[in-house]
Amino acid sequence: MREVHVRAITDKVRALCMEANTDLGEDVLQAFDRAIAKEESPLGVEILKELKENARIAKEERVAICQDTGFAVIFLELGQDVHLVGGDLKEAVFEGVREGYRDGYLRKSICHPFTRANTGDNTPAIIHTEVVPGDEVKITVAPKGGGSENMSRVVMLTPSDGVEGIKRFVVQRVKESGSNPCPPTIVGVGIGGTFEQAALLAKKSLLRPLGSKNPDSDLDQLEAEILDEINKLGIGPQGLGGRTTSLAVHIFMIPCHIASFPLAVNIQCHAQRHKEAVI
Amino acid sequence: MTEPIRLKTPLSDQDVEKLNIGDRVLISGIIYTGRDAAHKRLFDLLKEAKNLPFNIQGQIIYYVGPTPAKPGQVFGSAGPTTSYRMDAYSPTLIERGLKGMIGKGMRSDAVKEAMKKYKAVYFAATGGAGALLAKRVKKAEVVAYEDLGPEAIRKLEVEDLPVIVVNDVRGNDLYVEGMRKYQKG
Repeated sequence: MREVHVRAITDKVRALCMEANTDLGEDVLQAFDRAIAKEESPLGVEILKELKENARIAKEERVAICQDTGFAVIFLELGQDVHLVGGDLKEAVFEGVREGYRDGYLRKSICHPFTRANTGDNTPAIIHTEVVPGDEVKITVAPKGGGSENMSRVVMLTPSDGVEGIKRFVVQRVKESGSNPCPPTIVGVGIGGTFEQAALLAKKSLLRPLGSKNPDSDLDQLEAEILDEINKLGIGPQGLGGRTTSLAVHIFMIPCHIASFPLAVNIQCHAQRHKEAVI
Repeated sequence: MTEPIRLKTPLSDQDVEKLNIGDRVLISGIIYTGRDAAHKRLFDLLKEAKNLPFNIQGQIIYYVGPTPAKPGQVFGSAGPTTSYRMDAYSPTLIERGLKGMIGKGMRSDAVKEAMKKYKAVYFAATGGAGALLAKRVKKAEVVAYEDLGPEAIRKLEVEDLPVIVVNDVRGNDLYVEGMRKYQKG
């Protein structure tokens, strides 16, 4: 058994919260460049250039890319040969979020659902823990903004809806979302599992680097077809008209119950923020 | 692309009448911030026939809840928030002299009608460009509702704040027209 002190987890979470919110991934910047080359709307091109410039300023000055620094969504892959010492794992993660959002001058956006009173420190965080082989701890911090999350949906289709049903629902969701989720978006799609698992698959699919292929060639093809349909909608950057409504569609699929056909669509704004570290 | 139009606040009827959807505009001068909770308070004051904490005549409200400013920074990251949540309150504020709103996303028919009737415009700032927009803020001070934290009303002095006209005084809507123009099939 390898011993890992929970303070190491707090420190990593703290650093990753700050890094994710200020340093947009190279894969996203490259996706902006590809979009600029293809965009037909002059206004759309200006907006995409503005997003690149914004990312440059944020990285250089270590300030938040977007003022909505999100709900702190944290994926933990905990090696089964790790023995955590020094305290409560959940509390260690929350403390990392508290420190990261305080020291990084990030906005605290978490509140009581009824009174709307702010919790003041951006906790609780959402933690998804998976126990995996090995003696390492992998931490991914993926801050999620409210505007795009609000446009996301889970639906239980019927098996007879088939692949066409998937396409129809996803494209319709992007169409109805219009300018609200800050296009160009990344569309995370979870297919299969149960009601709650479909949503988690959709969220996890957003962690895949932009421009990468889906390892399943059928799904890769389906992603391309859906993206093509979405980018015919004309919504464009910021919803002001253009070709680039979404930068990518990512699908994650697992088997489902013989009676079910769960589908989740998790919409992600262009500030596709996630950073990871291994202890 | 044509050069952006430069506008100085406060805005007159003539200033807003010359604006058309799709125009890029650089705003300089004083603007005010306000979002969900602050709007509710302003609306309640008007309902009770009380004075607002600032003179709204010819002014622009920016829907934004910034990040805390870092030491040495004038203003934290400050991109627009989604505007439809302010739709219930905006027509009343427009009737009282508000000339411009900066946010993102579509407005309701009631807001669009009020913009036509009382001559006001709606601008979109680029959602998610918080770091870039913050640099155009030269001074910032809280003028009301400090207890609301990021949602407090702040008076900002901005220089060349980049926005795009989405709804003009003639009832045009760039969200509708822009999508129609680039739709395929």
